[in-house]
Amino acid sequence: MRFMMIVKGTSDSEAGVMPSEELVSAMQRYNAELAKAGVLIAADGLHATSSGIRISYPEPGAKPKITDGPFTEAKEIIAGFTIIEVGSREEALEWALRMPDPHGFGEGQIELRQIFDMSDLTQDPETLAKEKALREQLEGPRRP
Amino acid sequence: MNGQAAHRAIDAVWRIESAKLIARLATMVRDVGLAEDLAQDALVIALERWPETGIPDNPGAWLMTTAKRRAIDLLRRNKLRDRKYEEYGRGCALYTEDDITAESGEIGDELLRLIFATCHPSLSREARVALTLRLLGGLTTEEIARAYLVPEPTVAQRIVRAKKTLAAARERFGTPDGRALEERLSSVLEVVYLMFNEGYSATAGSDWMRPTLCREALRLGRMLAEAAPREPEVHGLVALMEIQSSRFKTRVGPSGEPILLMDQNRALWDRLLIRRGLAALERARGLGRPLGPYALQAAIAACHAQALTPEDTDWARIAALYEALSRTAPSPVVELNRAVAIAMAFGPAFGLQIVDGLADEPAMRGYYLLPSVRGDLLAKLGRMEEAKEAFERAASLTQNQREQTLMRRRAAECAAQAATGGPTSSN
Repeated sequence: MRFMMIVKGTSDSEAGVMPSEELVSAMQRYNAELAKAGVLIAADGLHATSSGIRISYPEPGAKPKITDGPFTEAKEIIAGFTIIEVGSREEALEWALRMPDPHGFGEGQIELRQIFDMSDLTQDPETLAKEKALREQLEGPRRP
Repeated sequence: MNGQAAHRAIDAVWRIESAKLIARLATMVRDVGLAEDLAQDALVIALERWPETGIPDNPGAWLMTTAKRRAIDLLRRNKLRDRKYEEYGRGCALYTEDDITAESGEIGDELLRLIFATCHPSLSREARVALTLRLLGGLTTEEIARAYLVPEPTVAQRIVRAKKTLAAARERFGTPDGRALEERLSSVLEVVYLMFNEGYSATAGSDWMRPTLCREALRLGRMLAEAAPREPEVHGLVALMEIQSSRFKTRVGPSGEPILLMDQNRALWDRLLIRRGLAALERARGLGRPLGPYALQAAIAACHAQALTPEDTDWARIAALYEALSRTAPSPVVELNRAVAIAMAFGPAFGLQIVDGLADEPAMRGYYLLPSVRGDLLAKLGRMEEAKEAFERAASLTQNQREQTLMRRRAAECAAQAATGGPTSSN
């Protein structure tokens, strides 16, 4: 099962303040640990939301609304993520607990979320039917 | 923390720490079996204490300290015993207290040494797989038994015997080099790929442990790629497994029937795994040595992964890669695959030439895919009567019901077209 460890943004990450050298090397050590254990799938950091664009659909069926960053709700902002593949939820939690405090001044927050995987659920007939519908939808008209 | 939650959390710590722990202990005591016993002892103590005290901040270090203490206790006890029986000239310590307290080396090297030991050539294939899953994957005997659909005592026995064999081999727990390294590494890669295929080819049965084998093999491969980054075939194997895994969801239909590569829904292929596979292949290529069999197979898989539709497939390139593969790892099965690629790239007549050249291969006798491919090429050339015979022959050679049905259906289609002299079917 795959999990995403989402590092939440802070006032500093939003202000474009670069993390300390110490934190950067702690993160590198942590990522190397993940890689050596064979569980690391992907890891990336994101630019501040000042260069981000938000696309929203306030009215059903209407055109989307485009808003330029920065966005204000710092707790809702994603600063980076790491994807791991592990055997259990507990193992994912254990790895997440080993990630260094991502900011180090009291605002650090990591959110652990499981990545949806259809093959986890294929025993359930209802899900199978949904998957079939999705498959047909995705396949669409085949190219000649 | 309630008892059950605590045990699950300890399980998770064990899965993360056990391979490192055993690898380091084996370096100290120079005996894989003893190293595992010591690690297990530490786990038992943790299972007693942690539900009360909570999991320590650095559980890996805690387990290591506890296991080392056990190693020293054991050593002192053995010394007493040895002194007592000195007149029999028995027993000399395998390790010393200095070994236990010595500065530890690079963990990657230690893990590599451990997997070299668990994949030792003196062990049977089954034993290598079981021991590797147990010591490097942290899987229990029960989990391994479920994955291989064999009784638990069988696996337990395999593991016990394997440890004895290793101890009897009295091989120094070390890293081979040069030619020996190459041989040992190829044994390791073989074990990992066997494990992967066991899980991947299991289309029957919905047992949850089968995908675990694939995941475990992939994890071991990724681990090896970090521990032995200068070995192109390690990256080649990782690339092959990543790309094959990307099709995990699409290779069987809802009722368990296999879906051929060309008929799979490519929109459902896992792009992240494909990207990882291509990156691993790049790492293999970047080492500047000729590609080995795993990297070549990965390169072929990559060609399919990069084709957005079946029609986009670069068959000429695939044919060239099969040719390279048949030079490094010659086999009639590779030749047959090359024939298919040649037929797709340059026309069925060219493929048929190669297929007909394989007819006398002893290894191909009784191999249903040979007449099946032959029938397909003949049908494409409009030689329906011969195609029908080939498909009938293929049906008679396979025991698998689904394959039989498919072959009979194709034979019937060819017969119908031969009778009407109609055009060949495009599918």
